[in-house]
Amino acid sequence: MNKPAELEGRAAQISFMLNGVPRRVAARPSDRLSDVLRESLGLTGTKVGCNAGDCGACTVLVDGRQVCACLTAVAQVEGRTVQTVEGLARGTRLDRLQQAFLAHGAAQCGICTPGMLMAATSLLARNAHPREEEVLDALGGVLCRCTGYRKIVEAVLAAARGDVALVQPDAGAAVGARAPKTDGPTKVTGAERYGADRWPEGALWLRPIRSPHEKARFEIGDLAPLRARYPGLVDVVTARDVPVNGFGIFPDVKDQPVLAEGRVRFRGEAVLCLVGEMSEVLRIPESEIPVRWTPETPQTEIEDALEHTADPLHARNPDNVLIRGRVAKGDVERALATAAQVAEGEFTTSFVEHAYIEPEAGFAERVGDRIRIFACTQTPYMDREEVARILGIKDTQVHIVPSAVGGGFGGKLDISIQPLLAVAAWKLNCAVRGAYTRPESMTSTTKRHPAQMKARFGCDRDGRLVAADFAGDFNTGAYASWGNTVANRVPIHASGPYYVPNVRALTRAVYTNGPVAGAFRGFGVPQSTIVHEALLDELAEWAGIDKLEFRHRNAIRAGQATATGQVLKASAGLAQCLDALRPRWKRAVLGAEAFNHRAEAAGRLKGVRRGAGLACMWYGIGNTVIANPSTMRAGLRPDGRILFYNGAVDIGQGSNTILAQVLADALGLPMAAIDSVMGDTDLTADAGKTSASRQAFVSGNATRLAGAELRRKMIALAEARPDARLRLESGTLIATDADGEHRVDLAELPRDPRGDVLSAEGHFNPPTVPLDQDGQGVPYATYGFAAQMAEVEVDLELGTVKLARIVAAHDVGRAINPTQVEGQIHGGIAQGIGLALMEEFHAGRTENLHDYLIPTFGDVPPIEVILVEDPEPLGPHGAKGVGEPALIPTAPAIFNAIHHATRVRLRHAPATPDRIRAALLMTLG
Amino acid sequence: MRSYHRPTVLDDALRARAAGPCAVLAGGTDFYPARVGRTIEEDVLDITALTELRGVREEAGHFRIGALTTWTDLLEATLPAWFTAVKLAAREVGGIQIQNAGTVAGNLCNASPAADGVPPLLAFDARVELHSVRGTRTLPLREFIQGNRKTACAADELLTAVLVPKWGDRARSTFLKLGARKYLVISIAMVAAVVETDAQSVIARCGIAVGACSAAAQRLHAIEAALVGRTFAPGIGAAVRPEHLASLAPITDVRATAAYRADAVGTLVARALEELAREQAG
Repeated sequence: MNKPAELEGRAAQISFMLNGVPRRVAARPSDRLSDVLRESLGLTGTKVGCNAGDCGACTVLVDGRQVCACLTAVAQVEGRTVQTVEGLARGTRLDRLQQAFLAHGAAQCGICTPGMLMAATSLLARNAHPREEEVLDALGGVLCRCTGYRKIVEAVLAAARGDVALVQPDAGAAVGARAPKTDGPTKVTGAERYGADRWPEGALWLRPIRSPHEKARFEIGDLAPLRARYPGLVDVVTARDVPVNGFGIFPDVKDQPVLAEGRVRFRGEAVLCLVGEMSEVLRIPESEIPVRWTPETPQTEIEDALEHTADPLHARNPDNVLIRGRVAKGDVERALATAAQVAEGEFTTSFVEHAYIEPEAGFAERVGDRIRIFACTQTPYMDREEVARILGIKDTQVHIVPSAVGGGFGGKLDISIQPLLAVAAWKLNCAVRGAYTRPESMTSTTKRHPAQMKARFGCDRDGRLVAADFAGDFNTGAYASWGNTVANRVPIHASGPYYVPNVRALTRAVYTNGPVAGAFRGFGVPQSTIVHEALLDELAEWAGIDKLEFRHRNAIRAGQATATGQVLKASAGLAQCLDALRPRWKRAVLGAEAFNHRAEAAGRLKGVRRGAGLACMWYGIGNTVIANPSTMRAGLRPDGRILFYNGAVDIGQGSNTILAQVLADALGLPMAAIDSVMGDTDLTADAGKTSASRQAFVSGNATRLAGAELRRKMIALAEARPDARLRLESGTLIATDADGEHRVDLAELPRDPRGDVLSAEGHFNPPTVPLDQDGQGVPYATYGFAAQMAEVEVDLELGTVKLARIVAAHDVGRAINPTQVEGQIHGGIAQGIGLALMEEFHAGRTENLHDYLIPTFGDVPPIEVILVEDPEPLGPHGAKGVGEPALIPTAPAIFNAIHHATRVRLRHAPATPDRIRAALLMTLG
Repeated sequence: MRSYHRPTVLDDALRARAAGPCAVLAGGTDFYPARVGRTIEEDVLDITALTELRGVREEAGHFRIGALTTWTDLLEATLPAWFTAVKLAAREVGGIQIQNAGTVAGNLCNASPAADGVPPLLAFDARVELHSVRGTRTLPLREFIQGNRKTACAADELLTAVLVPKWGDRARSTFLKLGARKYLVISIAMVAAVVETDAQSVIARCGIAVGACSAAAQRLHAIEAALVGRTFAPGIGAAVRPEHLASLAPITDVRATAAYRADAVGTLVARALEELAREQAG
């Protein structure tokens, strides 16, 4: 029978076995099991990625079977057994799956790892020796955005075999070793604290209210009745509470309000925040919040915004153009007029969502005249500046403590929840926490810029490129964010990793009422690479030269000048990447053509066709021209430990680990001697943002220098020779050289304010030269190069594409940790597959992880990674970055493979089945 | 939340249902996703303790799929070979997490045009059993699902079972799903086909149903009529004609254009028939 209404909100007692221990918990019966585990029982290893059963991050076992804890009413586990990630390890002893995940690089950011481990646990309990397809099926309900899944499959199969040994490099041999992630153990046990996993006792909950309209005026009515109706609602924060209501990446473009003032420019823009007791704040229906909207006709497309300038998005940009980018070298028109052949084409791409599995989350608390923010971020020092500016306080009054980051990919370079939490905590003088819902994360944070691009590429009779002419408009959405960077980075890269004597590349970033487009792995270069790689294929065909050989002939080499007139001095390994691919490429092309020859018998537009496609890329490592410094610090502690003050935030890509490897080798000590603190702005120096593939190169150098300096000081302290072998034992430094052993008791030595006995800093800022008005100069100190090959099978009748294999050859300078580098490449490829075939964000229509599709376990084919190490003299041990290069060639390689299979050129990303089928019908039908 | 009721016997559940509007909760795989970012502020009738409603049973003339039968239960049940289409669909309902919790009945009650479970059950001429304090009724699935998220379930009724009539031993079925990724994908279009032949391989009866191409999944009676009496052999796919698909009304959405759906569904139907014919031919 229905219970009377006075039972409202009353908790029931639920009893169940949790990780082998009987537990009894007070909860509302309809509460999600995930919330009860996390909030009431403190088991934050179970992650919440969507609350809709779409991502599987919250997978737990109930009576041994995997279920989404977010879809399970806690009342339903009464009397049953529940197992979470915290129940896997026995004390500090990891179970074999956890160990295998570490050994095989199956965890990157780690946010999906608990769900993966639980799904795999239930598989191995039923099937001790699964086949690969069985692993895919069993884990297919969990999404991962970092790894590309292949290393997870490898780890589960390895766990079944018992192949779980971990590499522990000796002192001096860390660089180049497949060392397991230093932060891996906490990721596989569920102990890692992401943005939503830590909060001060009694913290209030913050819930933003957002615009349902893309463009509207609004008024906030009388809030008193709302507050009277909901006594647990402590405050409603509005724009009036924000001291300086504007933020943005660039010092001169602070165009985005923390809370909108009377006008919204995109769907999902925050207009106010409800702050109060969590359950109260979450039960207020949106319909009761007194916001009166006056919707207006939005300009969501680039053409709309360029035409309708009567009411520009921002007064300072009356034509709705945020910025123009330009690179010009030589005489493009003349070169094209005299070229033996010109290929041209237009291409478009869509908004792409980062879709990290961790939604934005954290807390802020006021501590006297300072504010402390614990949240997920890629850039603690920029957060510190932005929050200080918004609150009208000094930078030093803001303390940013980065949480572990459950994926970033550029999406956590902009502040999101931080200023909302900070404004509320500052105003209310208490702790305030919050976590975005999945739809909120998807609507309100940045996207990859949709691009409308056209280009002409010309070559001579010998198949040498003579000119590249590129023009691209990028939809930057409602606010600037990183639009400037995209507009500036694309022209530099738009002629591709080739020697082209005449280049003109023009870009515009255009404001619209679309979602804010910002930084996303590659800053526009993945889009422009689709263009040049399609046109290169066309020119190669015209020239009658194999597509790989055509690229090899044109590949830029050391000694040649880029589009910006920068003469590359070293580490330009594209030709080597192509050399590595050549035998595989020949086999793939011949295999596909033989297959298609037979398949033609089925008839035009019948059956399947195979194709092989190739694409190359280059990518400038680090910020474009602007200063790009990193400062790293290491200290020797009185207890004989090394403390690494690591200002670089690891967002899953592995900087914690590879920087520790660099530091260990610089010191001549084993990695195990090092403890780390990451990104805490009170403890670490500014290492710059985790962006632009810069941490290995820039912070790697700063770390190496800090390590070398600390080693010099340790040697001096021990009065040993420079080549002495160092050891640290509890409280003692031991240096051994030709003179014998020198021991120093560290406990007795004076300490600096941080508590270090010795401390050293390293600083590195890659040398660049500003670009002139034609974009000529040295925008980056070094570049990554890659060539990838995709093999596809296209179903002509359905327009579906099945990927058979991807081979990726990357010039990374030096792989400091080959497992991490492969992990970056796998993950980049997975995102490239998404860009090519399925990902397309539409405001109001794809704001969840079932309407917005990212690749699943079954969508990433076997990947072969070939590491080419053409050392960069400026890099630490020769290393340069790989994070963004990994993604860039994948989509164009797939598009070229589809073309090879079908002779049809796709001109819009993503190439969904309906678009492919339409293109096939139009061309072949 | 106002009240949360988790009865252990059906009569209690029916009385609760009759007492006033409430949300019926079983596997939670549709209930919670519809309530992201807010607390549950409605009366909830949790039927998962009605253990009598769980499991698949063979009865005279039909198989009874109890309302609490999960997709995994169905996959693990021993069922005749002709049941294949339902099992193939079961493997496509979300990931294993969803299959372990979500129920067959819930998939029908949710009445999404893209529900994976509907086309096979529709093809099999399944019926649903509804209980209320007023009594019990059964009705064909095609009458139960009335449109997008719209069913014939009265406010005081509970769907207690899905009844799948028995097909002959020679019947075979399949299910094809078309989506833009491998796992966890909402269908662009899907087809379930069941074909029963006589000893001479002549099609005696068949059921072909299409999902995600109209507000509710549909049987393609025109094709069925054209197939009965024909010899079931490879090449049968060519029997599918555009006019057979005229009753469908596909829409354009984020997953695909209407034109594509209309085009692709013909291919899927032909492939489903072809696959079964090849299987039959051995």
